[in-house]
Amino acid sequence: MIELHEVSKTFSGEDGRTVALDRVSFRVEAGETVCLIGTSGSGKTTALKTINGLVLPTEGRVRVEDRDLADADLIALRRRIGYVVQSGGLFPHLSVRQNLDLLPEIEGWSARRRQQRADELLDLVGLPPGEFAGRRPRELSGGQQQRVSIARALALDPPILLMDEPFGALDPITRREMHGEFRRLEAEVKKTVVLVTHDLEEAFTLGDRIALLDRGRLHQIGAPGQLRDQPADAFVESFVGTHLGGEERR
Amino acid sequence: MKHPRLGPAVLLLALLLVLCLGPAAAEDRAGGGTLVVGSKNFSESRLLGEIMAQLIEAETDLRVERKVNIGGTSLVFAALQEGDIDLFAEYTGTGWSVVLERELDDAEPLRTYLEVDREYRRRFGAEWLLPFGFDNSYAVALRQDRAEELGIERISELSAHAGELVAAWSHEFLDRLDGAPGLAAHYGLEFGEVRGLEHGVAYEAIRSGRADLTDAYSTDGKLLRLPLRVLEDERGFFPPYQCAPVIRSQALEEHPELEEVLGALAFRISDQRMQELNYAVDQEGRAFADVAKEFLVQEGLIGGRAEKGESRHEGSFLGFLLGRMPEILGHTWRHLQLAGSAVLLAIALAVPTGILLTRKRALARPVLAAAGILQTVPSLALLVFMIPLLGLGAPAAVAALFLYALLPIVRNTYTGIREVTPDVIEVAVGMGLTGGQILRRIELPLAIRTIMAGVRTAAVIAVGGATLAAFVGAGGLGDPIVTGLQLADTRLILSGAIPAAILAVGVDALLGWVEGRLSPWKRLSTTGAS
Repeated sequence: MIELHEVSKTFSGEDGRTVALDRVSFRVEAGETVCLIGTSGSGKTTALKTINGLVLPTEGRVRVEDRDLADADLIALRRRIGYVVQSGGLFPHLSVRQNLDLLPEIEGWSARRRQQRADELLDLVGLPPGEFAGRRPRELSGGQQQRVSIARALALDPPILLMDEPFGALDPITRREMHGEFRRLEAEVKKTVVLVTHDLEEAFTLGDRIALLDRGRLHQIGAPGQLRDQPADAFVESFVGTHLGGEERR
Repeated sequence: MKHPRLGPAVLLLALLLVLCLGPAAAEDRAGGGTLVVGSKNFSESRLLGEIMAQLIEAETDLRVERKVNIGGTSLVFAALQEGDIDLFAEYTGTGWSVVLERELDDAEPLRTYLEVDREYRRRFGAEWLLPFGFDNSYAVALRQDRAEELGIERISELSAHAGELVAAWSHEFLDRLDGAPGLAAHYGLEFGEVRGLEHGVAYEAIRSGRADLTDAYSTDGKLLRLPLRVLEDERGFFPPYQCAPVIRSQALEEHPELEEVLGALAFRISDQRMQELNYAVDQEGRAFADVAKEFLVQEGLIGGRAEKGESRHEGSFLGFLLGRMPEILGHTWRHLQLAGSAVLLAIALAVPTGILLTRKRALARPVLAAAGILQTVPSLALLVFMIPLLGLGAPAAVAALFLYALLPIVRNTYTGIREVTPDVIEVAVGMGLTGGQILRRIELPLAIRTIMAGVRTAAVIAVGGATLAAFVGAGGLGDPIVTGLQLADTRLILSGAIPAAILAVGVDALLGWVEGRLSPWKRLSTTGAS
């Protein structure tokens, strides 16, 4: 369970203060997949990062698994939260297996258990270990990198998964394929997932619920059908109307 | 599989460390029937050490160990006191002024000799045996043709003609109180023109007739071949630098026969004889051992054929280099030690500093600027600044080279870590890695190649700069270069300069290879996250 309560975030930069989040509140129930959607600058990524403490709120509270982030041991908490980013964020100097091994090794798992886990994870994301475990990230295609990245996030079997535009850098065909994979995976591993995207179609495909943000404000959170049929305001209506049913326009 | 890419770097560092510190640790004090003969870092001292060593080997059952080129007076004296060496050739004026810290202007030859012997016995457990006979003091030398034309043999005879003469003093002589100023006052001389020149240049100026007078060391081998007349210091202005064996009293007690054995050398080497011997090693490039043996045989002190000493190079430069190979290798080894320890020390300070700067970016600009300013200080000046702080010798040289090596390593460590894609670091943080884990497992392995490039730059700078170490008496390949410059001996200069250049290129290539091996992966191109 994840809860944001009246979370605001202000960045102060050279050109004054920017409000990235403006009193955003929402809950994500255990096992649920919530997609945060919005244009760039909407605050969706910032909101995601408040959940694993990469961004600390200026005001408001974030609770993860009934613990207030302000009091939590961030290192321990983050190891219970898988994290996937757009570029994959694989460590370029480590092989696929070493990428998968990193956290288990730090956690002190035995070599045998780590080996087993890495093989299991690669099988899970559809990459035969014999072929892929020894490769370096640069020897993988974008889709393969993303699969490894998801596998790595699942290494310690965390209850929560945060995904920041995980399929954003992929070509449309691979992206569709990954959507299918993701849904299969989701059914198999049952995680609480928060996924950031700017692609409404992706949100409609993957999300149990969708949260639409714009300029730091949460306009509506609800099931895909609700956003389409009962938009909370004019912005939601126009956003859904413009973005649904066609390729995204950048 | 931990820190996969750090392994080779750590290994290399460890290897360098062993190379630099190993020999020092391995050296041990000789005992039993062994006598250790030391020498200072110039050829006359080495040659006398070799002569004493061979004589002792021939006349006693003692095993003789040679520790050559230890350094300047204070290092050799310290080695004697530590018992690292038992015996070496010392000069009375040096013992008087450097060790006993007395004023040179009240040094009179016999009194000086007796006084240093007495004080060494009383305070240092060492004693002075009978002098070899020559006196390596300053001398004033006049162009032969002028000397003949004006009929001058003594310094005092200069005064009548001083106004017509051009004096080309070496810089050192020009400034020292016991040099030109004292000489002028003592003999009442006022020269028409006085110039301060490099010694080698002064000789050249005399050869080409642009100067008439210069200073020299009285046993300098070049005096034999230059058209110069050494003038007699009949009023005893120059302090006495009589040379004699100095031996540890304990060694003498254990081997009392040494007094008689070395006594055979007493008053056997005149100034001119010493000039000839120095000429043989400095100018003809002959080996110390050969020249020493030839001398001992000619003097009838040891048996054997008085072979006509063939100079080992005779014409060919390659032969000259090959003949000097032991010296060249010794200098090269010393050179590597100086540069290597400076770079290792620099790595030890600069890498943590570079890391710190990535954490406290406000410090980066001032710290890098400070290191940059250090870099702009001319290396010779930096070396000279070190002397008051650390004295002469290796510590001063290593300290100066160390300061030079800092900037490239600090800068590359800082840049290398900063260049790691921020996304990668953010993912690592988001995964729940601690700061230390990120540094060790992500940042350093990704930055190691850039850091190595900095180390490589620093190493090349240090290897180049170490040639200047000879100016502060730290040895290395600068030794033959500096000596060669003073002797105007191109071959000697090249015997230092060529290995130094090869060394710089070699170090660059080796570290370049290591750098390439460190990260066979290429940087993953990443697109920016939203």
